[in-house]
Order: sequence, then structure tokens, then C-alpha cells
Amino acid sequence: MMEPQQITPISVGDVVTKAEQAKKDGNRLVQIGCTKIEDNFEILYVFDKDYKLTNYRITVKQNDEIPSISGVYFGAFVYENEIHDLYGIHVTGINIDFKGTFYKTAIKHPFSVTIVKEDDACQNK
Amino acid sequence: MSKQITIPFGPQHPVLPEPLHLDLVLEDEKVVDVIPTIGYVHRGLEKLVEKREYTEYVFIAERICGICSHIHGQTYVQGIEQIMGLEIPERAQYLRTIWSEYSRLHSHLLWLGLFADSMGFESVFMNSWRLREHILDDLEATTGGRVIQGVCKVGGVRRDIAPEKLDEMVKGLKGIEHELQALTNVFLHDSSIQHRLKGIGVLSNDDAYYLGAVGPTARGSGVAIDLRETGYAAYGKINFKPVVEYDGDCYARCAVRAKEMFTSIDIIEQCAKKIPDGPVDMKVTGAPDGEFLARAEQPRGEVIHYIKGNGKKNLVRHRVRTPTFTNIPPLVTLLKGCDLADVPVIVLSIDPCIGCAER
Amino acid sequence: MTYLAKSPWIIHYDASSCNGCDIEILACLTPMYDVERFGIINTGNPKHADIFVVTGSINEANREVIQNIYNQMSDPKVVVAVGICACSGGVFRECYNVAGGIDKLIPVDVYVPGCAARPESIIDGIVTALGVLEEKRNKHVSSPMVTDHGHTHRHRHAEGGAQ
Repeated sequence: MMEPQQITPISVGDVVTKAEQAKKDGNRLVQIGCTKIEDNFEILYVFDKDYKLTNYRITVKQNDEIPSISGVYFGAFVYENEIHDLYGIHVTGINIDFKGTFYKTAIKHPFSVTIVKEDDACQNK
Repeated sequence: MSKQITIPFGPQHPVLPEPLHLDLVLEDEKVVDVIPTIGYVHRGLEKLVEKREYTEYVFIAERICGICSHIHGQTYVQGIEQIMGLEIPERAQYLRTIWSEYSRLHSHLLWLGLFADSMGFESVFMNSWRLREHILDDLEATTGGRVIQGVCKVGGVRRDIAPEKLDEMVKGLKGIEHELQALTNVFLHDSSIQHRLKGIGVLSNDDAYYLGAVGPTARGSGVAIDLRETGYAAYGKINFKPVVEYDGDCYARCAVRAKEMFTSIDIIEQCAKKIPDGPVDMKVTGAPDGEFLARAEQPRGEVIHYIKGNGKKNLVRHRVRTPTFTNIPPLVTLLKGCDLADVPVIVLSIDPCIGCAER
Repeated sequence: MTYLAKSPWIIHYDASSCNGCDIEILACLTPMYDVERFGIINTGNPKHADIFVVTGSINEANREVIQNIYNQMSDPKVVVAVGICACSGGVFRECYNVAGGIDKLIPVDVYVPGCAARPESIIDGIVTALGVLEEKRNKHVSSPMVTDHGHTHRHRHAEGGAQ
């Protein structure tokens, strides 16, 4: 059994300050991930120090803008471009902004919609 | 001031079997900027949770990547078990640990071979892969699969290893240990390899930590992150020390992987001694309700499976953050300022696994 | 047997495979399986290659790359789809970004199923491909130029494929 994890909800405006604080405390950025819950998008920021996780969560709507933390953690650009491409959430001020070309997908913002893929006749056998 | 030119590297490229595309901005022979493009292997498998039940999804999780397959499956089921509060039998924990270490051995031998190939050292490539077949034979004998094992399930493992077979496996590993040592010696002491690797692609300790490097890429720069220390599966009952090197160059990253093979053999040996008798799986009812960030140590570093369920058979979200994905920012930093001819070696030194990174 | 079939060169492209089949293809080249004894060499240049080995299925980003490699190869050429993903899309067929098997884009001559395909079956597939290559050479079959509407060719496989 692993130890239970706490997730602290924060507001969109606090993201950069929390990231700065996390870096000052000697945390590394583990990941930024997005989840769609009905009409809302939950974005989870995860930091780690000595195998102890600090998790912050913000809740936004599609087409909302969120600030980039790539000024604090350079490596955040991969996650933020991913969130933009897969969910259609705008991230402002990314240091390396691919402007929607990070992932080339058949459907625009695939994770923000429910996809019904028509099965090919040969796959129904 | 010389003119800048951009050279595309990949996606179809003889150095890497996988499609990674880099736009290298050059000034003469020096790389001044790198723009990575991914998406050639992007399948969107995380979205499949909507169509597969959480118990079936283990098979999809394993197929995120064919090299790190077992540990992906294991991390996923560990996350589910945590949410559901399942205490799985101890024998299953040990078996998972043994197969994890076998995966690490096969992955590191594979990488050592490809790395030698990128340096133009083909006989070493062949030798590493010859030794790797021994590991794959054991994996196949115990799980039924060479590269995709399909042995983990929610609530335990699908197969047991008989005690006699376990002894035989340990004896077999001991038997090839001197060959592995000879191979390692080539990487660590051959003068032309040292010439190719030492001082090439240096990642400082601070950069490694704050850019999010994990696994051997971080440990080669003195950042001792090894998730096995958190004691998941049976690692809490095993004595081992993560291998750490401090130079941060390609040689250090190579040395970490070469030495880790012996740690893995040691862990397997300890597991074989300590493994208790008992069942290998348990009955599972219900469905996960809650969320968890399951972490484990892949051959390439820390992997995170974020799992969120709402009490139904289908999960709400499964998100995988793979080691290669977080190793991309360090790679971009490493390549800036290197020679064009060193690009293949540096790219391979982080052990990129594009199938993982793009999912 | 002609000299062509005694030393076929292959080009391998990882479409959107999980790596499982790719490392098995590489394993074929190494001492345990050693396909070089059949004169088979893995090349990186499409213009040098006779056999196009594809793993994984088609997605948005790699369609052009596959078409490009296929069109650049000189006749006679044979396509081998290795692994169930390359054959039909496999477990990923329902993913939004997966269009399906390779035969939706280019004509496939030999199908090698398996997840991951074992080295033995890959070798078997490539040896079968040698027969197709020989046949295509004798009949002077010219391969079509594949464009984005290449799926019109999907039912025109050459005979002799291991299905």
C-alpha cells in the first residue's frame, strides 16, 4: 500500500505563485495533467520532493485561459502544449509555444469531445 | 557570424528505429537550437478507458510501450488496487518485482546495443542483443510473452513461477554475469568509447532536477531519484542502492545503466530467496471510486499513471506521464551547443522511447 | 532463384507501433535469429530497399511519411505488415487517432499477425515476401503511385501473400 495523496484546490490566479513557491521549496515538477469532468476541466499540477507529492488542482472551462508556469519550470512547455492540443485550453506565455502543432490528431482537441468512431465493416467480424 | 541552417532529423532515420523528429538549427557544425516534433506514434490510447472496462484496460496499458510493457501494466494495476483498497498476496508482489527487474535487464541490454550501434560499434550491438535473448527466454518461459507479457491483473498476477524454475533462473543469471561484466567493461573502459562519450552532452545537477529529468538521465547527473526506494511491490523488503554517477555526460548515463544491470540481478536473487508461499491472486469485486497517482520506476525513469474512477466499470480518466516525455526538455538543453555528429549519441543517451512518450 | 531474392534489402518504418514489434524486427538481425544469413540487410534509404516492413497502424502524422517511403522505393517492391496493428489496427483500432491497418493506405503483400509478432513469424513473413518479390519481378508488376486517396488500392493485393 502506498501512502494516500492530498490534492489542494487553488484558483487559476494562484498557479504561478504556487509554482514559484514549490520551486523555492526545492520541488521538481512531476507533471501537469488535465481531466474532463462533465463541462469542467480539472488541471492537476504535481510537484515532488524526496518522494513526497504536492498536488494542486484548478478547475476551468473550455476556451478559458490559464497562465503558463514555463517561466518557473522550463520543462512545463511539454505539458502545456499537450493540454492545449488535446483539450483546447489556452495557455498564455509558454516559452516554446507550438501553437497547436505539438500533436497532430485526426480530431481537433480529441479529449474535449465524446468520440463515436464508426467501425469499419471488416472490424465487426 | 555564419548563416544559420535548419536540418530535419527523422522521423524515418537509420539511427533510431522509432520516429522522432527534430529540427536542428545549425551554425556551421554546432547545434544552436532544437525544436522537437512528436506525434508520429500518437494513438490516443488514454481515451480508450471509455470503451474498455478497468479490468480489460490492463492490456491497453501494457501496450503503451513494448519495451517497458510489464511495468506499465504493473503501475496501472497498483493504482487501481490502491483506490480499491486491495491488499494483494505477498507472493504476487514478489513475482511482480522479479518480472520488473527482468524487464529492466532486457531494456538496458537493448539500449546498450542500440547505443553501441549509434557509435558505430556493431559487434557490441550484436553481443548485447545476444545476451538479451537469455533474458527474453526466461521471460517467455515464465509469462508466455517475449516483449509483451500480459501477466499483471487487478488483484495479483496471472501466473506463478515454480520454486525449481526460480532457482534455475537465478543460476542462469549468475551464469551470464561474467559475460555482462565483459560487456560492461567495454562500455566503461574502452578508450575509443570514452573518447566518444566523455564530456559530451553534459547535463548539470540543477538542470537535471528542475528540468524534470528522471531515471538514468537524472542519476547520471547526481540526482538520486529512484522510485523503487518508495518500496512499492516488494522493493520495501529488498536491500539495494540506486546507482548514481556525477559527471552528467553521456558516459555517466551509460555507466548508470550498465551498473544497474547488476543491481537488477541482485534484486532478483534476493527476491528468489525471500519469496513466500501462497496464492498469487485474489478475487476482486466492485469498481474503483477515487483518484490516485501511481508511480513506479521504469528502465527509463519515473512513470506516473493518474487514475480517476467514479465507481463505474469504465474509468473517467487515465493519464500516463512517461519518463521519455519529461526527459524531452533536458534533451533539448543537452543538444544546444553540441556538434552535429554527436546528435545521434546524445539523443540515444536519454534512452528515448517514443512509443511511451506519445501514447 | 535470382540474385535479387538472394540479397533483399529491407527498410523498416515504425508507424504508430508500441515498439514491441520493432524490437522484435531488430532481434531478427541479431545473432540468435540472424536474418543476414539470408542476405537480408536493413537499410535506411528507401531507394535502396526491396521490402518495406511496416509496424503499427496509420495515424494522422505518419500517413505522408509512409506514402513517401513507398513511392520512393523502386520496383519491384513488396510491403510486409508486421504485427496486428499494422494488419488491422489491433487493440488500438478504436483510438481516435488510428485510421486502421497499413492496407488502407498502401497495398500490402504479406501480413504477419501477432502482438508482438515473434521473430520466427517475422522471418517467415519476409521469406514469403521473397517469393512475391520474385513473382513481381518476373511479371514486371509496376506499383501504383500512392496518394492520400490510396485506399482505393486496398483490395488489390498481389497473390501469394501469407494471409
